[in-house]
Amino acid sequence: MTTPSQTVGPFFALGLPWADGPFAVAEDFPGAFWLRGVVLDGAGEPVPDALIEIWQADPAGRFDHPDDPRGPVATAGFRGFARCPTDTDGRYAIRTVRPGPVPGPDGHLQAPHIDVSVLARGLLDRLVTRVYFPDEAANADDPVLATVDAVRRQTLIAKETDDGIAFDITMQGDHETVFFTF
Amino acid sequence: MPDWKPPAPYRSHAPDEQPPLESPEYGSTRLRSPRQPLVALPQGLTELTGPVLGSDRVGPLDHDLTRQHDGEPQGERIEVFGRVLDGDGRPVRDTLVEVWQTNAAGRYLHAGDRHPAPLDPNFTGAGRAMTDSEGRYRFVTIKPGAYPWRNHHNAWRPAHIHFSLFGHAFTQRLVTQMYFPNDPLFDQDPIFNSVRDPAARQRLVAAFDLGATTPEWSLAYRFDIVLRGRDATPMEDEA
Ligand SMILES: [Fe+2]
Repeated sequence: MTTPSQTVGPFFALGLPWADGPFAVAEDFPGAFWLRGVVLDGAGEPVPDALIEIWQADPAGRFDHPDDPRGPVATAGFRGFARCPTDTDGRYAIRTVRPGPVPGPDGHLQAPHIDVSVLARGLLDRLVTRVYFPDEAANADDPVLATVDAVRRQTLIAKETDDGIAFDITMQGDHETVFFTF
Repeated sequence: MPDWKPPAPYRSHAPDEQPPLESPEYGSTRLRSPRQPLVALPQGLTELTGPVLGSDRVGPLDHDLTRQHDGEPQGERIEVFGRVLDGDGRPVRDTLVEVWQTNAAGRYLHAGDRHPAPLDPNFTGAGRAMTDSEGRYRFVTIKPGAYPWRNHHNAWRPAHIHFSLFGHAFTQRLVTQMYFPNDPLFDQDPIFNSVRDPAARQRLVAAFDLGATTPEWSLAYRFDIVLRGRDATPMEDEA
């Protein structure tokens, strides 16, 4: 008995972007880098009217949230949430930091990851995906990555860049990003 | 194993309660909906927590879209109010609600909106509010207008207000649209009708509330929003 989702439509820029939206961490937060990417549709065209949102743990794998059974931890300069609309070339850029490992549903640690929501005209509900880190040994034991077939798994692993990591999102087609439901 | 219990997961949506991503009658879904099946993601702490966005994001007039300029906007003044609840009927407290809408003529204050209807210098069309301790929110605005779009011949969107909610967990995030009762444009709107279950679809329609109107001032619509719920107590591993 929930309220159904509806598309964010083409005009969300009127209400949703914030001046500090792209900053999951303060600009000078220790270890901060840029998470950048392009959003592509099923024809390989850039999507210039998407909104990317992220949510993640802090570098110690903790959340400033009352439901974290280990207790909430507030870290100065760390919000863990960011939102960024794509530009006319379909690109987004978010300032963030590498999260620590986080317990999964059974308490076992998952490899560092960033949860991502994709909202856009033409999406009747958000798409959810995850960013994993390149050269992360824990990826090999991550229970979520293990459920995804080995070829498609690569779509969840970011690439290293000069100023951080790149994570492109393909909504449909040959290199379609793995999207989750929960 | 850790010495703490993981929080209970949020329950799935009922079948047909959510619109299918691929809804060909809504043309923009054709190239923007995944073709591969979605992968089930067990809810860990990243999904069971979410941003706690405080009232510092909300200014004193952010909930009143009729008082954000020097003059008053054109249109029919309305209050839009309701409660944010979870699937078990519990209030979702202290959570951010964001809205955006057209002006009374059906025009968005957005460079991409080409509808040849007038802009209103006294109306922006964006608002923010926090729910209170009982999950209540309230906006003052004007009734938005219907607007044409190019999805099919002579396509018109029924009047609506866009809503964005965070709830208390990444899993509860919801972006939706609120409609007005008895809109004659419902039947031809593929976005509204993308929700296959008629009862679920009706949950997108606000209720006119005569008792909540302000005499000689404004009409009123109630729109309660239900986010995903979960079991009240954490699951126990051992009896
Ligand atoms: Fe709209």
